[in-house]
Formats: sequence, structure tokens, C-alpha cells
Amino acid sequence: MQLLVCGGTGCNDLQSEAILDNLRLELEANALENDIQVIKTGCFGLCKLGPIVKVMPDEIIYTKVNPDDAREIVTEHIMKGRKVERLLFTDPITKKTISKAGEMNVYKKQLRIVLRNCGVIDPENIEEAIAHDAYKALGKVLTEMSPEGAIKIIKDSGLRGRGGGGFSTGLKWEIAFKNKSDEKYVVCNADEGDPGAFMDRSVLEGDPHSVLEAMAICGYCIEAGKGLIYIRAEYPLAVARLKTAIKQAREYGLLGNNIMGTGFNFDIEIRYGAGAFVCGEETALIHSMEGLRGEPTVKPPFPAESGYRGKPTNVNNVETFACISPIILKGAEWFSSIGTQKSKGTKVFALAGKINNVGLIEVPMGTTLREVIFEIGGGIQYGKKFKAAQTGGPSGGCLTEKHLDLPLDFDNLIAAGSMMGSGGLIVMDEDDCMVSVAKYFLDFTVEESCGKCAPCRIGNKRLHELLEHITKGKGTMADLDRLRNMSLVIKDTSLCGLGQSSPNPVLSTLDNFHDEYVAHVTTKKCPAGKCRDLMEYFIISANCVGCTACARVCPVNAITGERKEPHLINPSICIKCGACMEKCKFDAIIIQ
Amino acid sequence: METIKSPADLEKSKAAILARMHGKEKTRIRVHMGTSGLASGAKEILEFLTLELQKRSIDADIIRAGDLGYCFAEPTIEVKRVGEDPLVFGNVDKQKADEIIEKYIKNGEYVDGILPVNYRTI
Repeated sequence: MQLLVCGGTGCNDLQSEAILDNLRLELEANALENDIQVIKTGCFGLCKLGPIVKVMPDEIIYTKVNPDDAREIVTEHIMKGRKVERLLFTDPITKKTISKAGEMNVYKKQLRIVLRNCGVIDPENIEEAIAHDAYKALGKVLTEMSPEGAIKIIKDSGLRGRGGGGFSTGLKWEIAFKNKSDEKYVVCNADEGDPGAFMDRSVLEGDPHSVLEAMAICGYCIEAGKGLIYIRAEYPLAVARLKTAIKQAREYGLLGNNIMGTGFNFDIEIRYGAGAFVCGEETALIHSMEGLRGEPTVKPPFPAESGYRGKPTNVNNVETFACISPIILKGAEWFSSIGTQKSKGTKVFALAGKINNVGLIEVPMGTTLREVIFEIGGGIQYGKKFKAAQTGGPSGGCLTEKHLDLPLDFDNLIAAGSMMGSGGLIVMDEDDCMVSVAKYFLDFTVEESCGKCAPCRIGNKRLHELLEHITKGKGTMADLDRLRNMSLVIKDTSLCGLGQSSPNPVLSTLDNFHDEYVAHVTTKKCPAGKCRDLMEYFIISANCVGCTACARVCPVNAITGERKEPHLINPSICIKCGACMEKCKFDAIIIQ
Repeated sequence: METIKSPADLEKSKAAILARMHGKEKTRIRVHMGTSGLASGAKEILEFLTLELQKRSIDADIIRAGDLGYCFAEPTIEVKRVGEDPLVFGNVDKQKADEIIEKYIKNGEYVDGILPVNYRTI
């Protein structure tokens, strides 16, 4: 018999350590310590009900356990085999108590559709994929459905593009289907470029066949015979696994000519990107595949009319494709029952930054930011205070404390001044300076701007300069107005999505953290203590014992003082390297 | 191998694959080897497990899978003992892997570091 105690951060804050200790003590008191193991585990995904104790092999889950409950669990459940009813979970609607772990699943926040096979199958063995129903949806579409019929299912499911824009996938396919041509293309956009986003990579590494199958289904629907995957060369493992998967699918007759004896021909090739962010924009991506410069062009014409080699082309993101097979197999109604009114299904988020459970999660649309960060994500590192979460990468904006209960979906995020983007979610705590965060993202867009249109090429550079100015303490209140005006002009006049969205981090931090900008330009202080030029190191004389350790480590001799007397830092010499603060054993040096 | 010529063929080959997988019931170990797993040392764990299981004469299948998404606890491995639900272990180093072999794989005794399934799937 085993007792599993949740050691996830959420439960840990609620004394799971004390529960562990008490359980062990109670077992020892009853001379059971050799028969029953007490194990500390990771998060159960039931943080709202924590701390959790699970009894194995009975599979009984106790919720909201208190350290004092240890005795009852041991004496009642373990010794007498009687469930501790009072610690079982009561369903809020049916009022029935639930004890079995399997029945608790409904209360778990994560639902995996896109990631259904990631980490489960061997991606280099097509047999494992087939055992998990890969290519079954393709067979169904090819033998039982017309292209119009299949497109209707995708349309009715309410699936929207997961790459950022959120355009209806079914509608996109329909447009490509209606544009008649002897040659059409299906393109998979695997040029994942947002800093901190890696969901596409994980899907391609963990379940490449889900993407290949969906591309073939798309090919049948829009009457295309060729698929192209545009993937960045920085993803060598994903590329290798895709190559293996394509080769195996061909060997099994699941790609190539006369697929499953239906007369449908479809094959897939890989095209490599050199890691330019702008190539995630579909027109730039197509140009890059054609061997031209990766520069966007004006839409219309949309790729569905004139795309790769001037032929109708349908471009979808990896995650969008990974949703297709389950929709075909389980139906449009099933998919549209998940999520919110206008955003259906689930979304994969890559949690990064100052959050405990860094990694990939998949939740139904409409899950709140609070659930994502504080339940699934395990909260903020080192118990610090949540400040903001950046969604949509360099094209998105930040969500703050007031957005914590916002259900995350396409439209809500846009209304909150951010965007879904590809699903990167970077969490920031009280120590992060929002002006610096905006500057960081601008740094990225300035680097990644292709330079074709002036607003993006020159405007973003100027925006970056202004932010640089402000973080150096040289900004004025007029600069804040200038920042906003210039941002709006760049958004209005840029050629493609990159420029049209690049000022978003500036606008959203200006709106949500205006006080912080004002502090930078008026009192010349950085409230988070991040902007080096605005910091001043200061010795608290009451704490200083005059050990001289700081003075000895200072590389510019800015610290003076007698032995055993409080020391002083000369701010005009100090280069703010922080060496003294690290060296001080008495916490006498602070940043002001 | 024979190519799949119809959806019925696909079903047949799925059944054959499943029969082959379940025919020889034995302990199955999945090492999660996506980029984040590999970056945290999943490859050494795979090599260690392969070698040690052979040395200790334990008959088990080792499968290389993609990442589970538990980047904060990589490398992760999943062990499925015959007739039991699979268990995932996080932050596996060689010492932990050794403990998992000796305690869990051999005797079904749990060890610290279990990552419960915190999601539903379809």
C-alpha cells in the first residue's frame, strides 16, 4: 500500500510537507512504516482541492487534507479499511461524494487534444501511431466524404487558426477549394518564431503523423496533390523525425500515389527556413519557399487565390493541423462543445518565465488566466507577486492582475489589448520592469523587421530609441505621448502583420503600467529596480559593520570608509556592477 | 511490409500491431526524448536504462517518445508494469533511475518524484 502526497507548489504552500511528516509519524506509531510507503509526488492538477492525498492501490483521493487529518487517514483507512468520508470530494452539482481517482478527472483543468499522443507514442515508429488511430480519419474522409462534406465538418467545428490570426480554418479551406486550378498546394507553417513558444516543435517531435495526416486530409478537401512543410532549420530533431515519418508513411502507402486504394495522390516535402521571424507571415513564407527573399507582400491576393508558384495555396499552422483528425473522427459537434462561444476547442500554451511549472499545457478555450498560472502552472516562483503575463509574443500585449479572471480566448484577448498569438505565455513577477520588457520585444522586432516598408523599418527603430532613452533616465513626459502616437501610426501604416502588431507591447504596457513609465521619466526611478542607469546603490549605515569587504571588491574604488566604521558609496564613480551587494554579508547594501 | 490499400487494411494492421504489442506483456518504459528532455540528459538515462536492465536481466521494452510537456521536471520517464497503470517519474538522474529499477520495476515499490497525470485526454 502507498500513500501519495501532492508535493506540487500549490499544495506545498498549504503544508503538504507537514502532512508527509505526520503520516510517517502516525505509521511509525502503529508500526506500519515498513508496510506502507509515503511518497511525495508532483502536481495532481487539482490545486483548488489541495492538498491532495491519494491512497494506492485503492485509488482513493482525499482533498483539502490538513496535517491533523493524518491520524484519521492512518487509523481509519489504512488500519480499518474505512474511507474517511469527510475528506472525500463532494460534487458541487450532484452533491455526491467522489473518491475514485478516475472520476476526479472531470475536475482537471487540462484537456489534451493536440498533445494527445505527445510523449505517448514513439514518433519514429509509424506502427505506434497507427495503434493510436493515426490515418483513420484520412481513410474516413477518402472513402466516406466529399471534399465539401469534410470542409463543412471543419467549418461547423468552429476551429480557428492557431498560428495567431484566429481565422476560420474551414472557411480558409473552402476558399482554396473554390479557386479552381490544375495545381494547388497545402502548406504547413512550422516556422515558430515567438520568443518562449515551443508547442509546434513538441507536436512535430512527439506526434509528426498527426500533422502529415491532416495535411493529406486538407489536400483532399481543397484538391491539392502536394504538401509542403516550412520548418525552421533550428529545429533539427523535429526535422529528423518529420523526415522519418514521411518516409514511413510513404512505405505504408499512406502518402504517395493511390492512397488507400482510393485514387487520391498526395505527397509531402520539407522546406527549410533560416529562422527569420517574418517568414511566419504566410506571404513571406511562400516567397521564402520559392527561393525569393522572405518578404511579405500586400494581401489580397491571398494565398488561397495566388500562393506558392502563383497557385491556390492553403497555409495552416502545426497546431491547427493537429486538431483535424480528432474533429473528423469525433465530429464537429464534439469539438464545438469544448471552449467558448466563438473560440472552440483547446489551446496549447507554452508557460515560460517566472512560473513554477514551466512547460506545455493544453486547456479548453475559456480557461482563466488565474487557472493557468496559479493552478496548472503552480504559481509564481519563490512565492513572489504576479505582475503581468505576455501573450502573443512580440505581437501581443500583457495581461495584468485585473485580467486574472479573464477567460482566455481569441476575442477576449484582443479586447484586453493582447492577442492569442501562437500560445507563448511569459509570466513576469514584481521584479520585472515593464518598460524594459517592452524594450526587449522591440529589440526583437527591430532585429527581425525585413526592412521592406518604412513604418516598420524606421518606426520600430525610433520606438526602440525612445524606450532606450526612457530606461536611461533621459525621457520626458512628452516622450510618452510620442511613444503612443508613433505606435499608432506604425500599426496603421505597416505592410504586414509584423509591423502592424509590433507596437502592441509598447501600447499595452503604456496602458497597464502608465505609472511605471511616469516614474521613469519624472522621478527618474525604476520601481522594479531593473534599469541599471536609474539605480543607485546605497549603504545602510546602521547595518554596515565596516568589514571593508565591499570596498575591496569594488572595481572602481567608489566605496570609502574606515575599518569598523560605516562605509559610503560615491554615486558619481559607481558603475552599478552590483559586486559590493553580492559580497556584503550584512544586507547593508540596497538598491534605491 | 505490405502497403495499406484500404481503410479496412488500416484497421487490420492496427489490430495486428496491438496484438503484437500486447501479446508479449512485459514492463514498458518510455523515455521522453523531445528537445527539452534531451537537453536535460534523457539520452544518458536511455543508455543507462538499456545497459542496466540488460545487466540485471530484466526483460522490458524501452520506447523513445516525445516530450510530455513537463519541462520543469525533465528528464521524465514513464514505467508501465504489467497489469498496472503507468507511472511517470520526473527529474530522473542515474541515481534515481537506479532506484526506479531496484524498487519500482523489480518490486512495484513507489519512489519519490512521481508526476501524477494532471490532464484529461481524448
